[in-house]
Amino acid sequence: MRKLLAVSALVLCLGARSPKLSKDDQVIHALNRLTFGPRPGDVEAVRKMGVKKWIDLQLHPERIAENPELAQRLAPLESLRLSQADTERNYPNPQMIRAIAAGRQAMPEDPVTRAAVERVVRRFKVKKDTVDNGPLEPQVSLDQLLSHEQIRTLRTGTVEQKRAVITAIPKDQMDDVAIALPPGLRLQLLPAVEPTLRRKLMLLTAPQQLVAFDLSEGKLYRAILSNRQLEEQLVDFWYNHFNVFLDKGADRYLVPTYEREAIRPHVLGKFRDLLEATAKSPAMLFFLDNWQSVGAMAQQRGNAKRPARGLNENYARELMELHTLGVDGGYTQKDVTEVARCFTGWTIRQPREGGDFFYNDRVHDKGEKIVLGVTIPAGGGRDDAEKVLDILARHPATARFISKKLAQRFVADDPPQKLIDKMAKIFRDKNGDIREVMKTMLTSDEFFSQAAYRAKVKTPFEMIVSAVRATGAQVDFAFPLANQIAQLGEPLYRKLEPTGYSDANSEWVNSAALLARMNFALALAQNKVPGSRLDASLFNGAPADIARQVLFTDAKPETLAAIEKQTQGSTNAPVVGLMLGSPDFQRR
Amino acid sequence: MTTRRLFLKSSGLAMFGVGAAPLWLARAADAPGARKKVLVAVFQRGAVDGLNVVVPFGEKNYSVLRPTIAIPAPKSGVESAVDLDGFFGLHPSLAPLKPMFDANKLAIVHAVGSPDPTRSHFDAQDYMESGTPGRKATTDGWLNRALPALGDARKSPVRAVSLGPSLSRAVRGHNDAVAINNLNEFKVHEADGAATFESMYASTLDTILNGTGRETFDAVKLMQSIQAQPYTPANGAKYPGGRLGQSLMQIARLIKADVGLEVAFTDVGGWDTHVNEMGQLANLLGNFGQALAAFYQDLGDRIEDVAVVTMSEFGRTAKENGNRGTDHGHANVMFAFGGAIRGGKVYGEWPGLAPEQLYENRDLALTTDFRDVLSELVVKHLGNSQLAGVFPGYAQPKFRGLISS
Repeated sequence: MRKLLAVSALVLCLGARSPKLSKDDQVIHALNRLTFGPRPGDVEAVRKMGVKKWIDLQLHPERIAENPELAQRLAPLESLRLSQADTERNYPNPQMIRAIAAGRQAMPEDPVTRAAVERVVRRFKVKKDTVDNGPLEPQVSLDQLLSHEQIRTLRTGTVEQKRAVITAIPKDQMDDVAIALPPGLRLQLLPAVEPTLRRKLMLLTAPQQLVAFDLSEGKLYRAILSNRQLEEQLVDFWYNHFNVFLDKGADRYLVPTYEREAIRPHVLGKFRDLLEATAKSPAMLFFLDNWQSVGAMAQQRGNAKRPARGLNENYARELMELHTLGVDGGYTQKDVTEVARCFTGWTIRQPREGGDFFYNDRVHDKGEKIVLGVTIPAGGGRDDAEKVLDILARHPATARFISKKLAQRFVADDPPQKLIDKMAKIFRDKNGDIREVMKTMLTSDEFFSQAAYRAKVKTPFEMIVSAVRATGAQVDFAFPLANQIAQLGEPLYRKLEPTGYSDANSEWVNSAALLARMNFALALAQNKVPGSRLDASLFNGAPADIARQVLFTDAKPETLAAIEKQTQGSTNAPVVGLMLGSPDFQRR
Repeated sequence: MTTRRLFLKSSGLAMFGVGAAPLWLARAADAPGARKKVLVAVFQRGAVDGLNVVVPFGEKNYSVLRPTIAIPAPKSGVESAVDLDGFFGLHPSLAPLKPMFDANKLAIVHAVGSPDPTRSHFDAQDYMESGTPGRKATTDGWLNRALPALGDARKSPVRAVSLGPSLSRAVRGHNDAVAINNLNEFKVHEADGAATFESMYASTLDTILNGTGRETFDAVKLMQSIQAQPYTPANGAKYPGGRLGQSLMQIARLIKADVGLEVAFTDVGGWDTHVNEMGQLANLLGNFGQALAAFYQDLGDRIEDVAVVTMSEFGRTAKENGNRGTDHGHANVMFAFGGAIRGGKVYGEWPGLAPEQLYENRDLALTTDFRDVLSELVVKHLGNSQLAGVFPGYAQPKFRGLISS
């Protein structure tokens, strides 16, 4: 009998279940996974509240009071709040400005655009009938406004010195100075000036880029400062899942609305709602070409005056392959074509002027379609596509695919099938309620298992944000961090392929990326990253203590040994920098 | 061109003193004829429209299927195809490649690709990089497996290189491979930090980070010597702006530095021309052609040691779609130049574009497997005849005679 008991005990221990984490490790693990990295004080706060309670709170962001500093940082980023049409009007593209200044084009009629253009054009010498595309000459040149000394400081001084020169310029001359600065120098000065002037300088140099600037800054400030961390993680996840490439034509103006109105409101809501919001968003309709897709009766051969039109399958394919069923979800090429036919007519008003979704019945294919075995009768309209969304949202393959992706992001690259199945079942039972699926995952044994603990390698975005959060660095100009993230391989909003960025470990662990992480870590620690300021005096203790400050747990003995071996008192490689670049810090 | 000894003496590596130099380097310096053969793979991501890259103007169905986006036959105006052999022509933007073709250095293979029916970019790229179409379980890439086996002492840390911020699938595997984004920046900027980081990563028990860490620092040491010497492309070669030009220039630099590079991979995206193909394709091909031509020119005599092959995950529909573009298709075109390539010819069996000749009634049909082309390069150029290991499940490729044995 004893032998039987012993054997069965052994069998139980060898079972598929990984040992559970200690209470302390659970806290760190939860923080690592639900947030973009713990900040000083977070571990104590979560321990005090209790992990389960904290997770539940994060699942209900509306109950969390937001960090007031965030609103402050987001306030100047006005392009994030504009409608599509207004974005285009307020940030006219440089070709238009140049053409108007050169007298080749009339001023725009729209009063808002006209005002924006006038502000710029007025200060340049208008060259009538010029064809050249070179830089425009300002009415007043820089050396008429500033001394040689001042100009030299602006080019080569420290940030403080540059700031001093700028502050000394009389207010009524500031606009003229801004225009007179060569574009390269304007960009160099961005870290040295306060936000309002910064926007002015960017508007003059690269107005089309301002939306991209605002998006990256906004995303970074939220990740760094928001108390609703899980919500921000999910905005990142869902944007990536329904990826749109910022630099494709009109998408430049469409993405802020997309993230704000199609993604953010639905991250913990019903998948069906999220799916429809993305399907109808001008950003997605433009990115995957559905706005141009028309049914057979509306197809026309192109000629000199009008473009050819026909069915476009791009969105239909990615809708099934990437957004819902997954590539193994069981759809065929025929299904792709049928879905495309259903979506004909789902288009946008004048995309280049920032239009909204509208359904154009005239170009809709009204024939009968069969999608994944379901007949959609002839004579339908806008609801044909809505029926497709219903079919896809309810499909068991979708429940599995979405559950797996979430588990890969929040648990491990290769999550246990048992967990995926559990999550998929909840997905189906609760009609795609994302919050319920998340809750199932985040309270599971698999989530809190040893196998999941520190199993994920941080993506570039996660590494950089967690470094800022862990060290308590102050960020008053986030854009240089966005550049660093691009160096590490993950330029924000700029993944070309609809697949979005992978968060698999293998994607991010390679030589170029590793070196970039180490270089960033040292640069941050030495305060060489413009716009971010770390208080080095906080990190003067012994290496083991500094480790605990930024890792929130003990460093591995090998890491400490390597640090202790180095020459003492090296200010070029501060211990906190070495810690942020260590193998320990790369995992979450 | 400096000999290896001269290079060692005059470069930053001299600081090591030959006694302290890595073993493989010392050996390589002594062994005559030890210059490595290099295989460079360029991946056009997004499924380039092969039918408009190498235009079958002799095929009467071509312009019927593409009323608005067909490239005009040669000599019918400014934007017409560059005649290659009376049937096929190059897209006009690829004119920079014509001299190579005429010099019998550039070979073209048409109606080539992967037999797998998938039209998913993601899957098809994965299959082509892993070298095992249809199999998702493969974790490494064909280019890594293609490296000839060598004894440990002679292996350079930069035998396999992928240009860009991430390590491409094709180069991943049990042989050390390094991702290089920018050669000049490939180091830890602070010397103090470098030593500590190196020690940390060498001793960490985190296997993934340890492995990559070691490879990284070995490669960093190697790069130091190259970084010390500023680079000017030879023979008046001018690389165009953009990533591909930069990547190829860095590969050229690595080749000439004789650091043991054997396989290199780089990619260029943007080829997914569903809408308004003509202008986009012309721009992309302009840059593509100039970059490859500059690489060829820059290498000069060295081209004898180097073979370049281009590929894309699948082709595009034979018939244009309703948006003056094309959708995902099947067979495509590949270029190969350098080494002992027998250029000046378009290889492969042309299946035709009549309705009954199309694959699934829509795409160019496949008559050559991409592994036939790559296998021939692996065996005859790299000198690795262990093909079963390079292309599992495809050990009997059909060589097309692209290379002199």
